[in-house]
Amino acid sequence: MKTFRSMVLVSSDPISMKRGAQDVFDRLQAEIKAYGLDEEVSLAMIGDVGRHDALPLVIVYPEAAVYGPVNAEDIHLLVDEHLYKGRIAVDLQASNRELSGKIAWLNTRKGTLPAEQRIVLRRAGIIDPTNIEDYILHDGYTALGKALTESTPIQVIDEIKKSGLRGRGGAGFPTGTKWGFVAKEKSVKKYVICNADESEPGTFKDRLILEGDPHSIIEALALAAYAVGADEGYVYIRGEYTLAQERLKLAILQAKEMGFLGQNIFGTAFNFDLHVHSGAGAYICGEETALLESIEGKRGQPRTRPPFPTTHGLFGKPTLVNNVETLANVPPILLNGATWYRSFGTPSSPGTKVYTILGNVNVTGLIEVPMGITLREVIAIYAKGMKGGENFKMAQTGGSSGSIIPASLQDTPMDFDSFGKAGVALGSGALLICNEDTCVVDLAKVLLNFFRTESCGKCFPCRIGTQRAWEMLDAIASGRATLKTLDQLMDLSVNLYNLSNCGLGQTAGTPIKDILTYFRAEVEAHIRLGVCPAGVCNTKEAVH
Amino acid sequence: MPVETTKSNKVQDVVNAAIDRHGATRDELIPILNQVNQALGYLPAEALNEISQRLKEPRSSLLGVASFYHMLSTKPRGRHVIQFCESAPCHVVGGREVWEALQEELTLAPDETSPDGKWTLITTSCLGICGVGPVIIIDEDVYGNLTADKVPDILARYS
Repeated sequence: MKTFRSMVLVSSDPISMKRGAQDVFDRLQAEIKAYGLDEEVSLAMIGDVGRHDALPLVIVYPEAAVYGPVNAEDIHLLVDEHLYKGRIAVDLQASNRELSGKIAWLNTRKGTLPAEQRIVLRRAGIIDPTNIEDYILHDGYTALGKALTESTPIQVIDEIKKSGLRGRGGAGFPTGTKWGFVAKEKSVKKYVICNADESEPGTFKDRLILEGDPHSIIEALALAAYAVGADEGYVYIRGEYTLAQERLKLAILQAKEMGFLGQNIFGTAFNFDLHVHSGAGAYICGEETALLESIEGKRGQPRTRPPFPTTHGLFGKPTLVNNVETLANVPPILLNGATWYRSFGTPSSPGTKVYTILGNVNVTGLIEVPMGITLREVIAIYAKGMKGGENFKMAQTGGSSGSIIPASLQDTPMDFDSFGKAGVALGSGALLICNEDTCVVDLAKVLLNFFRTESCGKCFPCRIGTQRAWEMLDAIASGRATLKTLDQLMDLSVNLYNLSNCGLGQTAGTPIKDILTYFRAEVEAHIRLGVCPAGVCNTKEAVH
Repeated sequence: MPVETTKSNKVQDVVNAAIDRHGATRDELIPILNQVNQALGYLPAEALNEISQRLKEPRSSLLGVASFYHMLSTKPRGRHVIQFCESAPCHVVGGREVWEALQEELTLAPDETSPDGKWTLITTSCLGICGVGPVIIIDEDVYGNLTADKVPDILARYS
């Protein structure tokens, strides 16, 4: 993929098409060519962008200018003003008023960086994470003070429910609902836990939040504890994140000194104490019941569910477990209100998402953007195109338990529901972007190697299934497989999903299902022709 | 033998320090094991015996925990421990070539220690520094954006 100065996108949902989006597209193509800009400007049709009040829409990046409704007659002006002269064609811009529940368009930022929408990372890199006063100056602990003195726990939960916040650890469970489950348990002892065992390959968003803004997690956990009726909390941080652990421990000390943790917080009857618990290197401890076992000092093996942690969690008490990024959304929601929060993202998945961009692209790193952005936008704008002008082949989302997204799905809005409908998963927010030199069999083999290593061994479908799946992929990669192997592999993927005890085994078959669905010909070439089309696998002898 | 006594005393001291700091309860087991492992480089059998007695927990259960987590080791390790990330993000940006270069230099299988006790090579899952893959960590030093030709120079820095 080449790097372009600008990218122009035209909405192509059924309504836009009916209103002449195709004509708009054709005129754009002609005008861009007429101005001699076709080497500098890329043009593409995108699907439903979630905003239906001004269709068809034309969106121009990197300024993120939204024009609509646009008809073919407007195109000359648009191209002349925006793409040729470089100023926003103000007369054609879509109104900015009705944003609630739709994709909130990124604010244009003067300069060269593409705009981001930062909510959970709004302080990271701006404040001194070792200084509580810096945090307080940037609205820190305001949401906690407001909630403790002005709202009841039920009102706090209702606000979170109204905001539509969904878990950012991968599953996308509605956060307010989970809080409600714990709140309604009648128990004198309850716990709130922050799951910071971030181990999904390619994911380091939680590390950046903890390292850059540790007080936001303390404040969020205090709010969660107040809402569900808990008085003690843990942050379970993976053992490898030593800096994050140090920062958080320091932040807890500071918060205790200032009275944001401990007894009678903000002069109310609310007490809350917080501990940091270090992991010791085990991917499975990110599974919430394995995490509980680990805090109790045991092997991190997932429990059988039900009962769920919301009723029988840490030391058998009702326990709330939330991911770092999920929690980081809580203080801004309670400070600014659910309506404000819903002005970002899509109706079914409000808010922003932090993505880590990795792989064969020009710029790797981390971005926070509204839910509903597409892969094409991420690659062209934030990753500044594919490295060396190579073609985009696929992306692997959400670490190892995400999906393999083929190029044909790169215009699907990245939110929980749109991805769910397309049969793929958003996962934890890692976007591993691969060019055509990546072999799907080799990639799946690496992923299954991860699962067979990290399987805790408690239930046999996962313990044996992940090993067997890796062996079959290895057989394909080294030219020892037959076409029957593919059927067995598909069966195994289904069985892993149906029979495994926890999410690790259940999602371990996803890469297999994805490569056989989207890249079957490439897989079969290893068997039928004895050739790896990407030139990665050595099909003539056993490897690795 | 004087050497043995010294060693035992050291193990005893380390275990005592860890238990004093965290408390002799089961839910502090992993922090205790972490601290002992860091101080001694691994978890020798006598350390596990001692912890088992102090916490009044069976040795089998302690060994179960010690062998479960990657960051805990029940075997002595080399003077320098190389962690090689074998997860997908590092793999697709050149991790395979780095692995081959490591193999060429060290000829160690995963989890193996060299006969001279200098190197231990460990393959690990994601280390969370994927933005600069491929990544290896030697002791506490992180090497990112690695290429195969840099490997010999990096290894030569350690004695």
